[in-house]
Amino acid sequence: MRVLLIDDEKELVTTLSERLDIRGIDNDWATSGESGLELAKQQPYDCVVVDLKMPGLGGLETIKAIKQEQPDTRVIILTGHSSGEDMDSAMDIGTYRYLVKPVDIEDLLDLMQA
Amino acid sequence: MILWHKIKPAFWDRRESELELLNYRRLWRNTFVLGLVATLLPVVFLSWVNFYQFDRQYELQSNESKGHIQRLLSTGQVQISYFLDERRAALNYVSLGYTFEQLSDLKNLAAVFLRLRRAFGGFVDLGLIDQRGIQRAYMGPYNLQGRDYKEQDWYKEVLLRGIYVSDVFLGHRNFPHFVIAVRHEQEGEEPYVLRATIDTGRLNNLLRAAEMQPSGDLFLVNQQGVLQTPSQLYGGVLARFPLLPSSPQEWHGIIETKDPAGHPLLLGMARIANTPLTLVLTNQPKALLHKWDQLRINVIVMIAISVLAILVVLWWGTSTLVSRVFEADLRRVGLLHEAEYTNKLASIGRLAAGVAHEINNPVAIINEKVGLMGDLLAVSNDFGHKEKFIKLTLAIQASVKRVSEITHRLLGFARHLPLKYEQIHLQALVTEVLGFLGKEAEYRNIQIKVNIPPEVPTLRADKGQLQQVLLNIINNAMAAMDDGGLLDISVKQPKEDTMSIVISDDGVGIPKENLNSIFEPFFSTRGEKGTGLGLSITYGIVQKMGGHIDVESEPGQGTTFTVVLPR
Repeated sequence: MRVLLIDDEKELVTTLSERLDIRGIDNDWATSGESGLELAKQQPYDCVVVDLKMPGLGGLETIKAIKQEQPDTRVIILTGHSSGEDMDSAMDIGTYRYLVKPVDIEDLLDLMQA
Repeated sequence: MILWHKIKPAFWDRRESELELLNYRRLWRNTFVLGLVATLLPVVFLSWVNFYQFDRQYELQSNESKGHIQRLLSTGQVQISYFLDERRAALNYVSLGYTFEQLSDLKNLAAVFLRLRRAFGGFVDLGLIDQRGIQRAYMGPYNLQGRDYKEQDWYKEVLLRGIYVSDVFLGHRNFPHFVIAVRHEQEGEEPYVLRATIDTGRLNNLLRAAEMQPSGDLFLVNQQGVLQTPSQLYGGVLARFPLLPSSPQEWHGIIETKDPAGHPLLLGMARIANTPLTLVLTNQPKALLHKWDQLRINVIVMIAISVLAILVVLWWGTSTLVSRVFEADLRRVGLLHEAEYTNKLASIGRLAAGVAHEINNPVAIINEKVGLMGDLLAVSNDFGHKEKFIKLTLAIQASVKRVSEITHRLLGFARHLPLKYEQIHLQALVTEVLGFLGKEAEYRNIQIKVNIPPEVPTLRADKGQLQQVLLNIINNAMAAMDDGGLLDISVKQPKEDTMSIVISDDGVGIPKENLNSIFEPFFSTRGEKGTGLGLSITYGIVQKMGGHIDVESEPGQGTTFTVVLPR
């Protein structure tokens, strides 16, 4: 299983990456939508965990672009907060689930592997 | 009192407007009085003009009547005097032309009697009475010859005054007549008295011929007020006429008096000289003014109806007008309150969302960092204080969880998620909600009574949010109650399209000054125990569902929340 983590909070994304490493899950991370998309263009991912509010390419645009590259990848949103409208749009473009920060890593793993 | 309760407008007991310096009752009163003055003034003026004109007309008519009476009385007086004088003169003429001896001869007396009857009419009999008062000769229907009149008053009077006119009497044949007697006295001749009885029929005809108004009456009375000729209104001959002044000296001129029925009456009187007779004329001015009276009654009825209609219309109009103002005020107050809440909720929502987002990110980092520490500790070899470190990371994680719960609640407050409607069985929902709080109730010995009739239909609402509404209200109720209290939950269907959930507790109640603030965000009386968000979240949810919440509370008695929702 290969996971891509995208969040503008570098501390969060690197720590999460390290914890996934410990659990033996291959992962890459990016701190912007653009760099995340670059990675997605280079290789396939089973699951992408993405924040919604990011400078530059926002979460929804990133998801849209990644879904174009890899339609079968599972997208999980991990966000501080977002409005109901954002959630509805995200679900419309093929998002699997959304979680509000902070999150228990076990819950996240459950969603990735379900 | 019961009628007043029925017609009393709704604003009557509210008096002051909450929005403006307006007293509804004063507004009502001012409008009503002003309307009354404006509408009644012309009516009153018109009535005054009408009654003034009526009085003028009455006076004119009355004066006209008096003039008419005066004319009739004068004419009647002259005619009757002339009638009597004529007959008296005839008797005098006879007495001057004949001696006692001549008239004692019945042949002569018969010839004279016949001539009198032919020339003047009305003579019933004729008698010759000598100086001793004995009737010496008599021509007439009775046998009165030889009768002694010496002791009779009339005989004495005729001897004294030379002439006598009697009152009317019925006599033997029971028809009204009167007597004229004259004394004959000449030098060298034997004195005698000539006495004639005269039928009153002629007199009656004279009076009847007078041009009377419809309500008028003309007749003769004697000095005792006894009718000498028949009256149309006061009876036949010899009946008593009761309306004359008590003293016969006052029996002249025209006076205003009242008839036995109490109606105004004009009474005209004229004495007939040298007789005991008085000519009387009565007239009822009211009867003459009958048409005016009818008109006046019509006007009074019209005015009464107009005033009544004005009162009813003014009452209705003023009450409707002020009620509209009152209802509009109530609506405005409601809308203002609602707008205030909505604005506050929206601001707080935005603030909460921002705060939650900003906090969630660093908290997530802490969470992941401490999670990583835990992970690393789990895979590392034993070292000094390893157990202590594990405990510390767990403690940090627990605190992170607490922060996370708070931010989640804030987010819940700010949530703009669309409502997910489904058909809800309220019995099941309430049972579910009580499941969360059942333990606490049991522990505190709080009795919960649920009264949801089985026929209550399902309600279309967002289950999760409605759960939160009930949870918040019941939670608050239990916080306000003493151990061993009673909580009552019931469901009603006040209208076909609404359902209401009523939650009553017997707790401490809410002071009146706090009632208006309980739905405001961050308003709490529970100090550090409460966030002050529960009821404002509840309010926001119910409002979003298209419903409303009513609160009634009596400090020391308890509080009742009624959540009204559309089906």
